[in-house]
Amino acid sequence: MKPVTRIQSRSAVLPDENIDTDRIIPARFLTTTERAGLGKLCFNDWRYQADGSDNPAFPLNKPEARGCSIIVAGRNFGCGSSREHAPWALLDYGIRAVICSEIADIFRNNSLKNGLLAIVIDEAEHRWLLQHPGVELIVDVREQHITLPDGGRIGFQLEPFARHCLLNGVDQLGYLLQHNDAISHYEQLTQARKEAA
Amino acid sequence: MNPRNLFQKLWDAHVVAPETTDTPAILYIDLHLVHEVTSPQAFSELRERGLAVRRPDRMLATLDHSTPTLAAGADGERPYANAEAKAQVAQLEANCREFGVALHGWDSSDRGIVHVIGPELGATQPGMTIVCGDSHTSTHGAFGALAFGIGTTEVGHVMATQCLLQRKPKTLAIHVDGELPQGVGAKDLILHIIGEIGVDGGTGHVIEYRGSAIEALSMDERMTVCNMSIEAGARAGLIAPDETTFAWLKGRPHAPQGAAWDEAITRWRALRSDPGASYDRQVHIDASKVRPTVTFGTHPGMAIAMDTPVPAARNAQEKRALDYMRSKPGQPMRGTPVDVVFIGSCTNSRLSDLREAANVMRGRRVAQGVRMLVVPGSEAVRRDAEREGLHQVFTEAGAEWRIPGCSMCIAMNGDMAQPGQLVVSTSNRNFEGRQGKGARTVLASPATAAASALTGVITDPREFLTEAAA
Repeated sequence: MKPVTRIQSRSAVLPDENIDTDRIIPARFLTTTERAGLGKLCFNDWRYQADGSDNPAFPLNKPEARGCSIIVAGRNFGCGSSREHAPWALLDYGIRAVICSEIADIFRNNSLKNGLLAIVIDEAEHRWLLQHPGVELIVDVREQHITLPDGGRIGFQLEPFARHCLLNGVDQLGYLLQHNDAISHYEQLTQARKEAA
Repeated sequence: MNPRNLFQKLWDAHVVAPETTDTPAILYIDLHLVHEVTSPQAFSELRERGLAVRRPDRMLATLDHSTPTLAAGADGERPYANAEAKAQVAQLEANCREFGVALHGWDSSDRGIVHVIGPELGATQPGMTIVCGDSHTSTHGAFGALAFGIGTTEVGHVMATQCLLQRKPKTLAIHVDGELPQGVGAKDLILHIIGEIGVDGGTGHVIEYRGSAIEALSMDERMTVCNMSIEAGARAGLIAPDETTFAWLKGRPHAPQGAAWDEAITRWRALRSDPGASYDRQVHIDASKVRPTVTFGTHPGMAIAMDTPVPAARNAQEKRALDYMRSKPGQPMRGTPVDVVFIGSCTNSRLSDLREAANVMRGRRVAQGVRMLVVPGSEAVRRDAEREGLHQVFTEAGAEWRIPGCSMCIAMNGDMAQPGQLVVSTSNRNFEGRQGKGARTVLASPATAAASALTGVITDPREFLTEAAA
């Protein structure tokens, strides 16, 4: 994973609560065996009209939302299925951060492992961001705050290891593999305990 | 030692390296379930890095999501939804051969939905940690195993190291006391619970379901309850193993045998939460208040007893959900016209679910204009159901009897509803478009689904059960 330290973009707002991973990428597109190229399918059934043209009612299709890489979404974004295709699709679509007052556990986990910033902030600040689309935001991973155009700041907390991995581009599988001896030791201990019983 | 709850015992027993402020725990995984949808990119990752699967003996793979539920044609060709679905299945077959993983594939008499066959084979056991690239892995918590869904990156981590990096979640005890009324089952109960605590009521928590009403449930029913823990945002649901659990597991192919069985039982008995163990949160539910329950909106938290009026939308969000569903505030869901009925999924496709539906349908016909699909959860369920003649009850009623798979729960194999159609479904998610673009899903129990198929409108199954008893 490439390091992720800072994201700057205007915000696009998806005010709905409970945007589930089926809405982010419908299940019928999960027959792929690749990670790449899912951006065109992101929010497919919301984003396009029946004839394949852009749905003007989809908030991210609005001219002012084009090119935004930060989404401020309603509470409980990413609920539902564990499909990692959801963060893959969002990243490929150009999204780099999702800001919310609550984010579903598995989606948040999957996102951070792919360098998509899944950021949880307080409800009052979340409400303000929902009401003010198109605000230029700077998300600083090291300092763990979002800077507003007037210099105001919104703090957030990332799980320390996830933050460390984002900042340094740490390969988590590589990290786990370094613990091979401890894993073997655990396996021997549990095996021995079973045999002794 | 301080009293520990079931979750804490499971967690403690699997810590390879404890968590610190800076680093998550390294948690050992006993059983890794795999299906075709969320594994191909993980196998590719291992291949690119030149890594082997560390413990193929701790993996169990099957085909369920992209698989057709219609039998192969005379030419042996299976009616896949598209070439990609077929290729995805072939990819898992090739990956399992290359990495030495046992696959319960097309030629296996055990194939089925991964969360149905794990328990059936006795691979799911109390005290284990179990993961799968699938959020409904929570099902296995019914056995007192810590079981949760993971993403594909983590699927790769488990393949290569048999471990995951995890922060310890919080615990939520849901006490369910009292007795479920006659004709009200586990599906009604879990829909009721999610309706009470909300679609995000369990976020960040592992739920332990406790109390007399939980202890009274069969294993199939416990699986239904734990299965939908994720629909309240909880990654895992747990029920302490007891005599019901042991009786169910005994003699299954992967279950311990002989002296090892006796030793296992002793270990498993010690798993239940210690008296005085604490939880981060507690919720109390009165089982006697639960009635046949269905969803009226576009997430599983929008659930109510079918005879109570649909609540008015409290915000634009809920209005959109009601509009999508064409649910009318002030009117009950009971009586709503139905187009399709689906009985199946890892929530409700086990033998007892099919019996529950068949008991309502025996000797009756599916209403004119209603399409009904019955999809058993596994080849074993299919065999058992056919031995009892349940398939005939369904086919004689005019329903389609299919071969096992996830089918219309996730609608990625071609089994789907048409835009605007209303589906009464025994599955777990009523998200917009989940069962086909524009399809409207009402989640319900097998009995409710069966009764609704007969009348063509959402129906309280007790109407039929009373007649049958009379």
